[in-house]
Amino acid sequence: MSSSTYSLDERHRQLGLTDDEYARILERLGRAPNDVELAMLSLMWSEHCGYKHSRRLLRRLPTEGPHLLLGPGENAGAVDVGGGLAVAFKVESHNHPSAVEPFQGAATGVGGILRDVFAVGARPIAVLDSLRFGDPASSQRSRYLLDRAVAGIGHYGNSIGVPTVGGEIYFEPSYEQNCLINAMCLGLAPHDRLIRSAAAGAGNVVVLLGALTGRDGIGGASVLASAELGDADDAKRPSVQIGDPFTEKKLLECCLELLDRDLLVSLQDLGAAGLTSASSEMAGAGGVGLTIDLCQIPLREADMEPFEIMVSESQERMLCVARPECVGALLDVCERWEVLATTIGCVTDGDSLQVLHRGNVVADVPVRVLIDDCPLYDLRPVPPSSDLYGGSEAVLSGEEPPAQTLLALLGSANLASRRPVYEQYDPIVQSRTARRPDEADAAVLMLPDGSAIAVSIDGNGRRVACDPRRGAAETVYECSANLACVGAEPLGLTNCLNFGNPEKPHVAWQLTEAVEGLAEACEALGVPVVGGNVSLYNEAPTGPIFPTPVVGMVGKLPHADRAGRMGFAHEGDLIALVGPFEPSMVGSELAKLRGEAPVGELPVADAGSVRVVHGAVRARVRSGAFRSAHDIAEGGVATALAECCIAGEIGALVRLPHGLDPFGEAPGRGFIVSGSAEALAGFIVIGEVGGDVLQIEGLLDLAVSELRQVRDSGLTEWV
Amino acid sequence: MKFGIVRFPGSCDDIDALQAATRVGDAVLLWHSDHDLQGVDAVIVPGGFSYGDYLRAGAIARFAPVMAEVEEFAREGGLVLGICNGFQVLCEAGLLPGALLPNLSLKFVFRQVEVEVVRGLGPFTGACENGERLSIPVKHTTGRFYAPEPDLDRLESSGQVLLRYALGENPNGSLRDIAGVCNESRNVFGLMPHPEHAVDPLGGSVDGLKIFESMRAHVEQHVLA
Repeated sequence: MSSSTYSLDERHRQLGLTDDEYARILERLGRAPNDVELAMLSLMWSEHCGYKHSRRLLRRLPTEGPHLLLGPGENAGAVDVGGGLAVAFKVESHNHPSAVEPFQGAATGVGGILRDVFAVGARPIAVLDSLRFGDPASSQRSRYLLDRAVAGIGHYGNSIGVPTVGGEIYFEPSYEQNCLINAMCLGLAPHDRLIRSAAAGAGNVVVLLGALTGRDGIGGASVLASAELGDADDAKRPSVQIGDPFTEKKLLECCLELLDRDLLVSLQDLGAAGLTSASSEMAGAGGVGLTIDLCQIPLREADMEPFEIMVSESQERMLCVARPECVGALLDVCERWEVLATTIGCVTDGDSLQVLHRGNVVADVPVRVLIDDCPLYDLRPVPPSSDLYGGSEAVLSGEEPPAQTLLALLGSANLASRRPVYEQYDPIVQSRTARRPDEADAAVLMLPDGSAIAVSIDGNGRRVACDPRRGAAETVYECSANLACVGAEPLGLTNCLNFGNPEKPHVAWQLTEAVEGLAEACEALGVPVVGGNVSLYNEAPTGPIFPTPVVGMVGKLPHADRAGRMGFAHEGDLIALVGPFEPSMVGSELAKLRGEAPVGELPVADAGSVRVVHGAVRARVRSGAFRSAHDIAEGGVATALAECCIAGEIGALVRLPHGLDPFGEAPGRGFIVSGSAEALAGFIVIGEVGGDVLQIEGLLDLAVSELRQVRDSGLTEWV
Repeated sequence: MKFGIVRFPGSCDDIDALQAATRVGDAVLLWHSDHDLQGVDAVIVPGGFSYGDYLRAGAIARFAPVMAEVEEFAREGGLVLGICNGFQVLCEAGLLPGALLPNLSLKFVFRQVEVEVVRGLGPFTGACENGERLSIPVKHTTGRFYAPEPDLDRLESSGQVLLRYALGENPNGSLRDIAGVCNESRNVFGLMPHPEHAVDPLGGSVDGLKIFESMRAHVEQHVLA
């Protein structure tokens, strides 16, 4: 074994391990690790791979459900969607790399989440994105990040032929130094093609598929994802990986063909911490050992050190295990797809991950030490003693007439039309898309039997900043409300927890409260969490980001051709307000435009009635009784009405119930629906569809063309 | 009537084109490294990123083994339709006039656009009326049709411009709003809009079917008859 050239404390601290953690390594190994082993352990014990500050907390989330096929712990979770088909899905962050190099950071974020999905045997059929940036009006850096991140997402998704069907973007000063790039992917598979990552069968062969291994992304998981970003971030640029969607396209098709031909025992993608993480996770899940010979690995640079090969985060690589008699056929398939495939090792009946280089053992670590012995920390949550986030610059005084307020909201960066962004994405390739962006509250994808799945991604950091528990619960309710608007019943959700430094008590409190809120809402709606991702340390010298749990929810509807739409459809239809909707100004977009800080108590949601009303809306969308349905979210009921008019290219005459704040918010609880008088019997009818003006009695009177023009132009300046 | 859809390793809309063609006839995939067109009656070169297109779009694909067969097929009068990346490949191969340059915006653009059928006649637009408007999506970064002015005049006067973006609909800065052109012999046609993504009412439009129906009618009347 090679000997250390550093003093011990220097070595482990440089790799991000604490003295206590290093002592734990000495104790568990019974000796000092060599350089290769320490590099591997520092990555597996990083927050990004080991979830050491969040794993205990995440046990609070419900993970059982009637439709669940694969739960947390696999590359992606999966639910049954009927007809012998499964939908696998997951959301993951690529925040820190994108803050350093937004185009490649965002592109490889998409590439990584695609690999997670085809690693379980599912063909990726849709991508959604959840993005956060600083204020585009005042920050040139945020405009640059937005422009390049959107281009990067489009570059990867468009080039590989997976449609980008939805997403969300918000701008808040707290994301100025830490943009958020969360990407979600859905994949479709016959049940019997789903595959797990667990290695099995001593003597079976380990094959590395895909790109050459280079020096890119070395230490990404520990350097970028597990520490706060500082001023000298340009020096970290070599840690960002470069994406190659063409290589991944071939890799994807190749892996799916290998699975269709039943040539694999298990499959795993190489993501953060590269071969170290992939091999130890496969071995850990299977309760077996692995031996890997680094001399077999095709390198981009011949002089790479063993530790560099083990931790490289070169993209577009997969690791698989195959029975020896299948290797010939496996290599034939890889050759047809021009995918590099190399036998690099074998499964052993031992319990360690053994790494060879030029005939020497350069690492030999029990798999359990890599996977299970990572220390888990209890958070020490303390509610913040003062407000963590200030207000932003006021653009409204509060004295404006309602018409002006509505126009200001519609044209604001957070509510304006996302067209300039989504026009850079292909939402229709693969010919499943039945509802595109702006047509409905959720994307709808057709299945072969005429049914469909729906998907929505949501998060509202401003509201979670006000009240982490209720704000996080609202995120789940809003996703479910979006699905209800197209007629879909939720089957499962995935989440990405984007927070600041969890070692700080107030961030620990945000995280703890938010997970509790997510768990309560999931239990109330009966929707399991199938997997997810945690991104911590999103913190700059000025403070943490807004606590931002992002939720992606997948649902099912029986008839694709009955999927709901957002826009008002027919002159003369009545309009109703549905749901236990009791909004307030706290945490609202209008409060933001008035310069108010995100503080105050959010309105309580009665989980039981939320579930009932979502079911009622879903049933009436499915039956066709509601000709349009839209959830009331940011900007309140006035904004929702304007959006229904713009989408339907038709006006409305409305009288709001007495005392209802037209701009107050209570996401996930209220809906604007339209339909015939019979269809709306029993609901609070508030108006009628028709004309070319949105008139809210006693409040405002605006041409739909003006509403559209203002909403359409809100983002064009920045994109 | 059997369509053959070329499949490069980086093709994205190959299965979409296969499914669309299947609505009007039979269809098979043609693997890029095979010298075999499997006896098809018409070839479709689909959208996507043939070999990654990190170099100029289509510049490598024109040298694919299957393209030698496609060129031979075209020279013998066989129908060849190039959609988006396929249009780029056919221009690179010299089967179609002009070139496709990066969009004026320099960005990828997805948009449902209205195109006008300039000539409702011949193997690709025979099922359309002159001046008929079709609603078909575009999605590309490199779709700005370019040819020198005298060539554009000649294309127009010889009736080779088959599709034009309707007034105000040009998404990429194509010269003279040209959305699709054919060769002099009228058996090779390339267009940037994606007719295979306008064949299902649930996708919002079925206007693209007319391109496939035109091809079927032509083959049935002139080739199979």
